Amino acid sequence: MVDNSQFDDIPGTTVFTAERSHEGFHLNQFCMSLKDPRNRERFKADEAAYLDEWPMTPGQKQAVLERDYNAMIAQGGNVYFLAKIFSSDGVSFQTAAASMTGMSVEEYAQMMLAGGRSPVGVRSIKEGR
Amino acid sequence: MARITAGLSTSHVPAMGVAWDSGQQDSQYWAPVFAGYEWTKKWIAEEDPDVIILVYNDHASAFSLEMIPTFAIGCADDFPIADEGWGPRPVPPVVGAPELACHLAQSLILDEFDMTIVNKMDVDHGLSVPLSMVYGSPDSWPAKVIPLAVNVVQYPPPTGERCYQLGVALRRAVQAFDQDLNVQVWGTGGMSHQLQGARAGLINQEFDSRFLDNMSQDVHALRAITHLEYLRESGSEGIEMVMWLIMRGALGDAVEELHRHYHVPASNTAVGHLVLRPTS
Repeated sequence: MVDNSQFDDIPGTTVFTAERSHEGFHLNQFCMSLKDPRNRERFKADEAAYLDEWPMTPGQKQAVLERDYNAMIAQGGNVYFLAKIFSSDGVSFQTAAASMTGMSVEEYAQMMLAGGRSPVGVRSIKEGR
Repeated sequence: MARITAGLSTSHVPAMGVAWDSGQQDSQYWAPVFAGYEWTKKWIAEEDPDVIILVYNDHASAFSLEMIPTFAIGCADDFPIADEGWGPRPVPPVVGAPELACHLAQSLILDEFDMTIVNKMDVDHGLSVPLSMVYGSPDSWPAKVIPLAVNVVQYPPPTGERCYQLGVALRRAVQAFDQDLNVQVWGTGGMSHQLQGARAGLINQEFDSRFLDNMSQDVHALRAITHLEYLRESGSEGIEMVMWLIMRGALGDAVEELHRHYHVPASNTAVGHLVLRPTS
């Protein structure tokens, strides 16, 4: 039996396992549909109606409407698929990533310019390193 | 006979493509990112490879969650540029090398690597950004390209060791192709970065620096890096670096480092770039 509990020890990180892929299948396939400009237009015209065409859970749909990327990831979303949403919104990957950290866009951009987030202290919860 | 004359690795950050396409080459932010590719642009003009075997990963462009091939090889005549949500990049279509690709697919499968064969595929920034960094903005790409897509989206990607061994098999297969072709292998993705969750923005310059060193000095150490170590040390998306090991495996035992570039940041990512020459 596979045991992925080791990944729970990495703080602030969700590993996209086959199990999560199964849970997020329709959410991610909805994202994939936004590759087509016609679907982007339909989604922008009425987001809730477009989402209702997909057999997603109410929680997944709500997270999309609120652009809550952490909530989408917690419900099986994968960031490369979710990128289709913020790309359709004209939002950069850095702005979307910042929104997941609780930092402002400016603070996050400054952190990256200063060399990024240090791995010190965020490698392992158990080992405190 | 076909021969592998060089290997190249580079990050393939989508924002590098956006910045390149929108003419931000001289901006304060992007100039130092692109500066490290100036040497390479001169070098590639002299090398003028016939075919590039370009190892990259698809980012939910050609492969949805319907099918997730671990290793896929593109055997088509050409590969259109994907629309990733903001329209296709304004770059030339990618022209394939189907005769060599079909030879590689057959050779690799009979050599115990169960490749997925792809005859129709759009290619995204993972493949096109490296071409732009190395060739700039030509009217058509000067080399033919065989896309070799690796799953690094859904866990688990293939191990670093498996990737290295695929490179070794790729070298055997190229050398058995009965045409006089100058072939390069490129490994793309990385370096340290994490694009999701509260730990987004992670960069590990020490890990990256050691990885760059060991591509030429101690590839055995790189082959032994576990998925857990990549995740902890280089961020959840840093695991893309397993793709560099396919390139490294294809160069044989010993290599010489011809060029190195490293810069933080490009968007959320540490940019790394190497040019290697096989010496054994």
